[in-house]
Amino acid sequence: MAQATRRKPVAKAAGATVSARIAAQSHFQTLRLGTPFQPRIDALAKTQDWYNWAGYRAPHSLWDEELEYFAIRSQAALFDISPMTKYRIEGPDAEALLNRVTLRDVTKLRPSRVHYTAWCDDKGFVLDDGTLFRLSQTRFRLCSQERHLPWLLDSAVGFDVKVEEETEAVAGLALQGPTSFAVLRDAGFAGIERLRIFDLADFPHGGGTVSISRTGFTGDLGYELFVPADKALSLWDRLMTSGELRGIRAIGYTALNRARLEAGLMVANADFTTAEHAIRADRLRMPDEIGLGFMIDLEKGHFNGRRAILEARAKRKLRHVLVGLEIDGNVPAEHAIVYHKKAQEVGLVSAAMWSPMAKRNIAIASLARPYGDTMVEDLWVEIYAMRELQYQKLMKRAKVVARPFINLDRRTANPPADF
Amino acid sequence: MTSFETIVIGGGHNGLVAAATLAKAGRKVLVLEAGGEIGGAARTEEFAPGFRASSVAHLLNRLHPDVVKTLELERHGLQFARADFVPSVALSKDSPPLVLHGAYGEVLTGASSSEQSAWKDLRAQLLRYAGILKPFLSRRPPDLAGMSLLETASLGQTALALKKLGKEDMRDFLRVLLMNVADLLDEQLEDDRLKGLLAFDATLGSHLGPRSPTSLLGLYYRLAGETGGTAGAQVLPQGGMGAVVAAIRASAEKAGVEIRTSAPVAKIIVEKSRAVGVALDNGEVLRANTIVSAINPATTFLDLVGPREIDTGFMRKVKNIRMKGDAAKLNLALDRPPQFTGVDAASHKGRLVIAPSPDHVERAFNPCKYGELSPEPVMEVTLPSLADPSLAPAGACVLSAVVQYAPYALKEGWDAGKPKFLRAIMEQLEAYTPGIGKSVVRAELLTPADIETRYRMPGGHWHHGELQADQMLVSRPVSGWSGYDTPVEGLFLAGAGSHPGGGVSGAPGLNAARRIIAMKG
Repeated sequence: MAQATRRKPVAKAAGATVSARIAAQSHFQTLRLGTPFQPRIDALAKTQDWYNWAGYRAPHSLWDEELEYFAIRSQAALFDISPMTKYRIEGPDAEALLNRVTLRDVTKLRPSRVHYTAWCDDKGFVLDDGTLFRLSQTRFRLCSQERHLPWLLDSAVGFDVKVEEETEAVAGLALQGPTSFAVLRDAGFAGIERLRIFDLADFPHGGGTVSISRTGFTGDLGYELFVPADKALSLWDRLMTSGELRGIRAIGYTALNRARLEAGLMVANADFTTAEHAIRADRLRMPDEIGLGFMIDLEKGHFNGRRAILEARAKRKLRHVLVGLEIDGNVPAEHAIVYHKKAQEVGLVSAAMWSPMAKRNIAIASLARPYGDTMVEDLWVEIYAMRELQYQKLMKRAKVVARPFINLDRRTANPPADF
Repeated sequence: MTSFETIVIGGGHNGLVAAATLAKAGRKVLVLEAGGEIGGAARTEEFAPGFRASSVAHLLNRLHPDVVKTLELERHGLQFARADFVPSVALSKDSPPLVLHGAYGEVLTGASSSEQSAWKDLRAQLLRYAGILKPFLSRRPPDLAGMSLLETASLGQTALALKKLGKEDMRDFLRVLLMNVADLLDEQLEDDRLKGLLAFDATLGSHLGPRSPTSLLGLYYRLAGETGGTAGAQVLPQGGMGAVVAAIRASAEKAGVEIRTSAPVAKIIVEKSRAVGVALDNGEVLRANTIVSAINPATTFLDLVGPREIDTGFMRKVKNIRMKGDAAKLNLALDRPPQFTGVDAASHKGRLVIAPSPDHVERAFNPCKYGELSPEPVMEVTLPSLADPSLAPAGACVLSAVVQYAPYALKEGWDAGKPKFLRAIMEQLEAYTPGIGKSVVRAELLTPADIETRYRMPGGHWHHGELQADQMLVSRPVSGWSGYDTPVEGLFLAGAGSHPGGGVSGAPGLNAARRIIAMKG
C-alpha cells in the first residue's frame, strides 16, 4: 500500500512529462502546417489540390487553373505567400551585414524600397535569390525560397545587428492583376496610388499596420502585403469584400507559375539548384550562370563570394548560362533536352508553356556555354508529346530571346490605372 | 604614413624567421611587435629578482634545420653539439628513475634488459614512422585543388618513402597512424615509467589523454623534430629560449629587417579585397604590399581584418578552430638546487618528467574534459640554472616546469583555481623532491588564462590551435586555406596556427616566407 501511494505521484509526473513532450511535437502531428489564411483558403479549395511549400499546405489550384491564371491577367488574383521564408534583420549594422551577404549594393536601396537580389557562398555559388525590403534605415526584411537562418546568424558575427526568422509571425499576400490597385484603393488604403514600382509603405489595418509594396511575381500590376499573423483573416476579408465587383479571385501556384514564366522570373530549385541543396558538383551555379550577373557590384566593397566570382570571370570558368527560349509550335517543351544541330546535347528546359499573353511557345533553359552565350544559332528542343499512350517526338527549333517574355505597361504605370 | 614592401605582424620566433627569410630574399621588411620585447612565448624573462627563466617554451627540440641554415643561425651563436643533448628522466615514487640518454633514449638506463631491447625496437620504429611525416614539416601542405608538379612530386616521394619501409612496416605505419598512444605502448612495452613518459610526451600541449584516439600523432610530431641534426634530441639553450630568439633577431637585423616593439596592430587595412597596410593602436597607418600575420589566425581574421572583408564560410571555419590550452607554466625561484630522489647530478640537468604511468596521465586528463583541474598534475621539470648559472643568483636555482592539465575554461574560474592548482603541483613536487616547498623564494604560475593575456595567445594555447588530426596539414589553420595565403589578397599567415604547428621550430614562418617568395606576393 505504501508502495502504491508512493508510486502514484511519480507516474503522474511522468505522465505530465510525456504530455508536455507530445505537446511539443506538433511538427509531426501536423505534417503540413496551415498558414494564417488557411480557414479562408480551405473554404475556397474546391479541387483539394495541395502541395508542400516549405512545410506548409499550399494550393496548386483552388477551382480551375486556367481561370485562376486569367484572374491574374484580367482581374485581381489573391495568392497566399505566407510560407515564403522571411527574416527580419535590424540594427545599426543591418545595411553593412546585408551588403556583405548579398550581391547588390544595399547602400543604394533607400528606405521604403525593395530590390530583387541573391546571395552566394564563399565559392561564389548561389545560395538563393530573394527580395530585400528596406523597412527603415536600420530595418530590413529578406524573403526567400530556402531557409538561411544559420547562414545569416553566422554572417552576423561581428555586426551590431539582430537577425530573426519571422516566417510564422508575419502573414503575406500577393494581390496581382490589372484591378489590384482599384481593389486596394476601394479597400481604403489611402495613398496607395503613390506607390511606384518597388516602393513600399505602411497602412493602418485593424488597429495595427499592414506593409504594402508594389512588387510581385507576375510581371503584372500588383502588390504584396505583409501583416502580423493575427490580422491575417481580417485583411483577407477586407480585400475580398472590396474586390468583389472587380473580379478578385484566390488562386493557387499553378496559375502563378505561368505568370512568373511569362515575366521571365526564375524559381530557386526549379530553374537552378541552390548551393546548399546541390549534391552533384556540376549543379552549382554562379550568378553569371543564371542570369544574375547584373546584380554583382564590384565597386561596393567586399561581399560573400566576391573573390571566387572575380576569379571565375578572369579564368573564364563560367560554364553555364540561363536563357529564355522561343520554341516553334505550341506544344510546351517542359523539361525537354536542348540540342545543337539536332545532335549535340547542350542543355535542359526547366520551365515551359504556351503563353496566352505573348502568343508564343516560351521556355527558360540552362545551356552549357558557349551555347546560349556566343553560339545561339541552330538550337533545337526535343519534345516528347504523349499522344494516347504513345510519345510523339517533336524536334522543334528554339530561338534565344530576351526575358521577360511579356512587357505590360500597367505594371509600372503611374498612377496605376483604374480598371 | 610610411611604406614598406612587407610588414610582419608579431615578433614571435615565427614572425622573425619569416621576416629574416624575406629580407634575405631582398625585401624591405618591418616587424611590428605588440609587446615591449620580441620573442613571444620564447623569451627569457626575469620572474623574481635575479631569477630568469624561459617564458613558456623551455626546451629546444624542434628548431628546423632549414631555419638554422637559411638564417645562418650557427654564425649568430646558435650551435649545438651532442654534448649539449640533455636526458629525459622518468620519475617514479616507488622505484628509481629511468633515464633516456642522448637523443630521445638512444641509451636507456634503469630498466630491465628485456625492456631495454623492446625500447630499442620501439624507438627505431617511432623514428622511422616520424621520418615519413617529417618532410611535410618543411613545405606547404598539398594543395588538393590544384597541385603543382613540384607538390605532386614531393607527395610521390612520401609514397616512395612509405614503400621503402617494406610491406609489413608500411602496413603497420598505416595501422598505428591514428591510434592512441597508450594502446601502442601496451603492445610493446612493460615498464610503466617509460610508458608514462611517452604518454606524457604524446599529449603535451594538446587536449588529449593517452587513451584519446589519435594521441600517438603528438609523439610523431615531437619526434619529427631534431636538434643538431639528430632526431629526437633536446637541449636547454644557454641563456634560456630568449637566446634562440636573440640569434634569430641578429640574423634578421643583419638581413636588414627593421623591428618595432610596443607597436600593437589594431587593424589590417583591406581595400577591394586586398590587404594594403596596417593601422596601429595609436592610429598610425603603415602601408605595405604584403602583410604577414605571424600571430594567431583567429585574432588575425576576427579582430584585425574583421568580418566585413571576409566570406561567411571562411569566418565560420576560423571561429571553429579549437584552441583552449591545457598547459600551465611554473617558474620557481629556489634558494638552493632541489634534489630529486634517486636522480644523479647529470640527470638533474635534464628534463625530469612526473608522469608515472599512462593511467596516471589519463587520470590527470579526465577532470580537464569537464573544465576541472587535475588533482595530481603531470609535468616536465627543468633546472636550467644548473647548466647556466647566469639564470639565478649564486647558490640559488631556477625551476621551470610545464604542467598539465589546467583547462583554459576552468569552471570555477582561475581566480579560485590558481592557488589550488599551485598547491596540487607543489604536492607532486614535494613527493619527488622532499623539502622543495621550503626552498621556494617565489613561485610564478602562468595558467592558460595568464598565458593568453601575457603572450597574446588566445586560449593560452602554444600551438595557436589544437594540434590534432582534424586541425593538421591541409586542415591547418582551416581547410582550403592551409598554404599560408588567405582569402585576403596580400595577406599571409606565418604563425604556429599554420602548418605544421607550434613549438620553437620556425617552420611555419619559413614555409610562409618561401610561399610568399614563390608567389611573388
